[in-house]
Amino acid sequence: MRLPKPLRNPSFVIGAAITLFIVGCAVLAPYVAPYGVEQMDMRNRFAGPSLEHLLGTDNFGRDLWSRMVFGARISLIIAVVSVGGAALIGTVVGLVSGYFGGWVDLVLGRITDIFLGFPAIILALAIVAVLGPGIMNVSLALIVVFWTEYARVVRGAALVLREQNYVQAARALGASPLRIIFREILPNALGPIIVLASLGLGTAIISESALSFLGFGLPPPAPTWGWTLSYGTRFMRDEPWLAIVSGAAIMITVLGFNLLGDGLRDLLDPRQLSRGGGERRND
Amino acid sequence: MSEAPLLQVEGLTVHFPIRKGVLQRQVGTVRAVDGIDFTLKRGETLSLVGESGCGKSTTGLALMGLVKATGGTVTFAGERIAGLRGAALRSFRRRVQIVFQDPFSSLNPRQRVRDIIRAPLDIHGVGTPKERRKRVAQLMERVGLRPDQADNFPHQFSGGQRQRIGIARALALEPEIIICDEPVSALDVSVQAQILNLLADLQRDLGVSYLFISHDLGVVEHISRRVAVMYLGKIVEIADRDALFASPTHPYTELLMKSAPSLDPRQRRIFSASSDFVPSATRKPAGCPFHPRCPLATEKCTTVDPALTSRDDGRLVACHHR
Repeated sequence: MRLPKPLRNPSFVIGAAITLFIVGCAVLAPYVAPYGVEQMDMRNRFAGPSLEHLLGTDNFGRDLWSRMVFGARISLIIAVVSVGGAALIGTVVGLVSGYFGGWVDLVLGRITDIFLGFPAIILALAIVAVLGPGIMNVSLALIVVFWTEYARVVRGAALVLREQNYVQAARALGASPLRIIFREILPNALGPIIVLASLGLGTAIISESALSFLGFGLPPPAPTWGWTLSYGTRFMRDEPWLAIVSGAAIMITVLGFNLLGDGLRDLLDPRQLSRGGGERRND
Repeated sequence: MSEAPLLQVEGLTVHFPIRKGVLQRQVGTVRAVDGIDFTLKRGETLSLVGESGCGKSTTGLALMGLVKATGGTVTFAGERIAGLRGAALRSFRRRVQIVFQDPFSSLNPRQRVRDIIRAPLDIHGVGTPKERRKRVAQLMERVGLRPDQADNFPHQFSGGQRQRIGIARALALEPEIIICDEPVSALDVSVQAQILNLLADLQRDLGVSYLFISHDLGVVEHISRRVAVMYLGKIVEIADRDALFASPTHPYTELLMKSAPSLDPRQRRIFSASSDFVPSATRKPAGCPFHPRCPLATEKCTTVDPALTSRDDGRLVACHHR
């Protein structure tokens, strides 16, 4: 991918820095976290930030920084799996729908509408309620909720791209629909998909937190951010620290992904891609 | 004249329905191509000329099967195209290719030139990967590009170079006919000449036939052997190039010639149509499609559509009066 001057784009730089930090923490969690996730210290409950406990401790005296770091793992795995799955399904449905048109488009469009008809969080709740909690089940629920967005965007892009002369040229050569869809159309639709996916990571983290907050995420003692926020609100009046830290973790991560997405959107602008980008030679 | 034509088109029509409202009720028809006949011989260039919207590009697309023809027959080397499926269709695709007008949108911006020119070879499984590589280099050289530019992307080339890439892609399968859909009208005049000369060279060396679609009479006079003039989806005159330019017979051909800009300023004049009514493919007049603008129009022209008939000098004209 050509990224003309990505370092000059502040959204991209800040977003990438935050994302790198969070991903780094998650990957290196055992080395970054000074305490065990479930290591309690009842004499030290609700301790404020100190050198010993960077972000303080929770109602069981567990180190919050360590729990946030391990929580990042859960959030990121669910975000990546659900966004990846949703993007994959939505892209294929959108490409097929947009390229073939006609009754194929009609059928796939109605199916998409059915999924869109449900309020997102209710649908996710219902799926988790049926399947039971667990990282994969939560991811699956989010895939079912989010794939429609990719389908709609990619369908729109495919509708435009299939009229391009190079697609006509491929048809004139006798290329199969599969080849046209994946060789000619998909590479040109990647820009919006990448932007949507990076923004979608933030949405997925919020949704996962919302499910955990409502008690439909991973059950305790899993250190999910949403559940920490949820029970943190119980002590809000006397010990607001718990809710603030977990809320901030969610907020900063989502902000990072959104800035990254915004930056990518500017950098991958189709107008910059189609004509400019490189030097032109003359005849 | 005794040689059997490579391509024979009889009564080709392309009609598009105009649909409106929730129920998609058909409220009219665009008669883009409305029954045309012509033949194309091996190694010759037939030009299709006419004003914008007369159906010349649609004719090309219909021949390629990119737009569905609604009627008529197209015979290529003795085989009817309309019924082609599977293997026969694939072989037809190999033998008839197209070069598009816009050198920017006709090349995939995400593919390297190497892959663009290779695509036809990949699709039809021609040769081994090594042979395809060699063929790409050879094709690039043939159309006047440096083979070491094969790994560049289309945006790194100028319009003329991009059109050469398009021509190389069309040549890859050694087709017998190349449909050139306004191949030079998007280019600068100096580059136009280079591309036209390239097309002429290729024809001389490879014996390929061109169906050359253009609205530019200067270009058409330069490249064609025969010229077919289209008006509102009909061919109104087909003649050898010299005969057509020397003595246009159909009143529309005459008007077209007169309205072409001249290099001599003293020859310049403003040509006005004899009527304000400009017919279109959606509201086509009865009888001869040209009669509302024709200076020779009589009662008969408003009711009877003249057929394309042969004249003494071998040309075909569709007019009651000439």
